[in-house]
Amino acid sequence: MQKEAAIRTPLILGDKTYHDITEDICRPIESKAPKAWYVLLAIAGVVALWGVGCILYLLGTGIGTWGLNKTVGWAWDITNFVWWVGIGHAGTLISAVLLLFRQRWRMAINRSAEAMTIFAVIMAATFPGIHMGRIWVAYWVFPLPNQFGSLWVNFNSPLLWDVFAISTYFTVSLVFWYIGLIPDFATIRDRMTKPLAKKVYGILAFGWTGNAKAWNRFEIVSLVLAGLATPLVFSVHSIVSTDFATSVIPGWHTTIFPPYFVSGAVFSGFAMVLTLLLIMRKVMHLENYITNKHIEYMNIVIIVTGSIVGVAYLTELFVSWYSGVEYESYAFINRFSGPYAWAYWSMMTCNVISPQLFWFKKLRTNLTFTFVMSIVVNIGMWFERFVIIVTSLHRDYIPSSWSMFYPTFVDIGIFIGTIGIFFVLFLLFARFFPVLALNEVKSILRVSGEKYRNTENHH
Amino acid sequence: MYDDDMVLLEGAKKLVAKGVHVNDVYSPFPIHGIDPVIGVQHTRLGIAAFLYGLTGTLLAIVGIRYFMIVDWPMNIGGKPSFSLIENLPAFVPVTFEFTVFCAAHGMAITYLLRNKTLPGMPARNPDPRTTDDKFVMELHTTENGKFSAEELQSMLKETGVIELEVREA
Repeated sequence: MQKEAAIRTPLILGDKTYHDITEDICRPIESKAPKAWYVLLAIAGVVALWGVGCILYLLGTGIGTWGLNKTVGWAWDITNFVWWVGIGHAGTLISAVLLLFRQRWRMAINRSAEAMTIFAVIMAATFPGIHMGRIWVAYWVFPLPNQFGSLWVNFNSPLLWDVFAISTYFTVSLVFWYIGLIPDFATIRDRMTKPLAKKVYGILAFGWTGNAKAWNRFEIVSLVLAGLATPLVFSVHSIVSTDFATSVIPGWHTTIFPPYFVSGAVFSGFAMVLTLLLIMRKVMHLENYITNKHIEYMNIVIIVTGSIVGVAYLTELFVSWYSGVEYESYAFINRFSGPYAWAYWSMMTCNVISPQLFWFKKLRTNLTFTFVMSIVVNIGMWFERFVIIVTSLHRDYIPSSWSMFYPTFVDIGIFIGTIGIFFVLFLLFARFFPVLALNEVKSILRVSGEKYRNTENHH
Repeated sequence: MYDDDMVLLEGAKKLVAKGVHVNDVYSPFPIHGIDPVIGVQHTRLGIAAFLYGLTGTLLAIVGIRYFMIVDWPMNIGGKPSFSLIENLPAFVPVTFEFTVFCAAHGMAITYLLRNKTLPGMPARNPDPRTTDDKFVMELHTTENGKFSAEELQSMLKETGVIELEVREA
């Protein structure tokens, strides 16, 4: 049996037994949903429907309904895409990278973080899809035999790398998440008394038995999938960054992009996890599992990645000056002093300055402050992508074609709409799925549970 | 049936030392250290994943070579379109992603098939409480010919079981 130092803060508080864990996690699924859940679902549902309406209008009418012009040919669509993919990085990072580092605190948060990842990646994938204009021929992105001569997709292009990266990331995350869910669905199946629900969870549980050999395989599958998902997490956002970095646009053409994007992704992903978990632990009474220590650990990740992002911003500025390339310098001077300076300084404040407040222990253990910060960080990270994309484009080579980007109601509607769809999916998840990895939390109860820790200290 | 994983583990060790064959153990979470005691072989799924990954790498390289070099070479900014080796750096991302894709999905499918866990399969755990907080050790009298059923029961009782159930196979 593994031991943990007695001075470490226990990860599961309270006098919990294995059965209590089952009870605490299954109760929200088995009992009626609170009123607040219906209210939130209704709000999210209306926003989601508005988004779907805007998407349908866009598909019916064309990309001209966006505020794009011939100078700014990429704006909110790709900003939203990168923003959502970035948010989608926390889940797999928590479940895969922290599994390899044997961080036990990940056990209480990995399930919901992975769910968030999957929903965020779905939202991200929407944007390149609808940006195609003719979404009904979206399958052309795959190398399929076709009737246009021997025309294949271009494997030199980062846009094609994206197709492979995002689809691999999405499906592998989904499989990883579901394999962890199977034993927990079995727990619900074996407890359910309502016949229909029992049947549904029985189907979802795939007939899980939980015998020794199955657990033996389960552990190795989790470990190997984590090993595969770890480089995958880093590769996905690196590849997204090459969409920009391999171009020749001043402001995009920088080799710093892959690590800078990956840390930014982890930064925004953790912020989104915090936003969701702080509400979820309160509403579902999970304070004993998602403890203040968990929140503090996540805030520490936010300081680290936020600082990396800050260093990257400053490095970019330095290199644009040091390179001696006047176009490169101008792109950056324009960023912080041009017409979009307000976006640049919002980004700087939200992403670089404000996370530094987490150095104060009082602030990083304060839940209200953390909640506000988690939203600030996500606003900042949206601005980061907006700044990179729009300010690099809007003043291009010929001053006569310089312009600004103004979003239309379709731009705004689709962005807000994806947030609505995301929350609808997450609310459904929180209602019907086990929000904590039951089997994993049980397996660390003896090592990290407060009750067992205390009884051992008496010896 | 036991209500503690450590009691079951100690009990299994004692029984096995006496020469009893433990058929299987059902638990709500993995009991670390049980596998060597009851003779569960280490799974070979890791090797399978490696082989699936290797297949993915090869498929990706063969495919890209056909699409980009053999069938329709494209001149993109003067990049070498005539040789797989010289053009390989640009093909690394897709090759990597496809390797991971094949390894992960191949392994996941094999895992589900080997565990016989597929949508709609009936629950086969001996007691519904084994997915909550109880641990079941299963002995078959047919595999323990040396002992009578009564001997097995009395040995089990010494290990701290909370419930003992005899079922006809």
